[in-house]
Amino acid sequence: MSMINYASREINCKLVYYGPGLGGKTTNLEHVYKKVSPSTRGKLISLATETERTLFFDFLPVDLGTIRGFKTRFHLYTVPGQVYYNASRKLILKGVDGVVFVADSQIDRMEANQESMQNLYDNMAEYGYDLTKMPFVIQYNKRDLPTAAPITELQAALNPGWEVSDSDKQRLSPDPYHAGEYLTSQLASGEWIERATHFEAVAVTGEGVFDTLKAISKLVLKTLS
Amino acid sequence: MLITTTTSWTLTPEDEHALRRGMERLLQESGAHCAMLVDRGGQLLVLAGAQPGFDATTFATLTAADFSANDQLARLLGETDFSSLFHQGDRESMLVADVARRAILVVLFDSRTTLGLVRLRARPTVDELSRIVDAMSARDAQSGAIRAILAGADDEIDRLFS
Repeated sequence: MSMINYASREINCKLVYYGPGLGGKTTNLEHVYKKVSPSTRGKLISLATETERTLFFDFLPVDLGTIRGFKTRFHLYTVPGQVYYNASRKLILKGVDGVVFVADSQIDRMEANQESMQNLYDNMAEYGYDLTKMPFVIQYNKRDLPTAAPITELQAALNPGWEVSDSDKQRLSPDPYHAGEYLTSQLASGEWIERATHFEAVAVTGEGVFDTLKAISKLVLKTLS
Repeated sequence: MLITTTTSWTLTPEDEHALRRGMERLLQESGAHCAMLVDRGGQLLVLAGAQPGFDATTFATLTAADFSANDQLARLLGETDFSSLFHQGDRESMLVADVARRAILVVLFDSRTTLGLVRLRARPTVDELSRIVDAMSARDAQSGAIRAILAGADDEIDRLFS
């Protein structure tokens, strides 16, 4: 839930990193924490088990700059990926302004990715949020692993696109992050579909982490404007 | 009906003043030393009284998560909610109460006062804050304040992330 505070001249937004267990959500936040100047970020809070698996959430507040004289402050959250923590996962989605789905690229994690994506849609729908109409990006993590599936397979499984029924939006829309690709396109059947923007990442080295964060933050601000 | 984005809300200097006034009165009457109003999403709206010696942003996020988790526990027990929570420490204690289902009031106090007094004085404050928050919600549902600020700021947003 975005909040504008005229007293402190701040715009606050909530971003949630979602995805299957051990996919790299916490690692994304840890990298942001390490790389961002301490003057522009708060503490990284992790509510984790003794084996460092996320139990409730991780939280990191980050200032990304000033727009129209208002400081833009993003609250980054992760959810616990393990299937049986759905109650706490759903709580964290409350009031979300933008979602990053962190998929594990490994072939044997495809089913876990799909289950988690379905779970995301279901939990969002229970709050009355339509994920297809909100700021949403997908990050394919662990691209460095030899067991990583090709991007085309991951896209087909996790980001096949949703139907665009609004005729005003039925036009080719280039993907600003992938030259020659489109976010909105027409299938051979004539149906128009839209996909979420995607990024490749290796969160342990930081590759793709800031690209993802910048893209979702920009989408959130543009949606608000 | 599905909505496209979550709702936004705004805190004007007048809202801040009105909320703070109610919270400061509570502190005076109860002997508590710090009060925070936090939105259900975990953002700190107003802090009144003594500046705490900890990171208030983190504290706000954790209290909102704590309250939400307890809300769910209440439902499992067949209650609609727990309207307030109390955490007792050796030196510091805290009372957390729902404000209009959109925010929570956190009151920090020590042995200079009692839970009974804080709870008693918090009740009318919660009612007062709820009225203000309800009025803010009703106004924000129509005003689109964030949109007004960010309208036409696409270039600025692009530059911020270039």
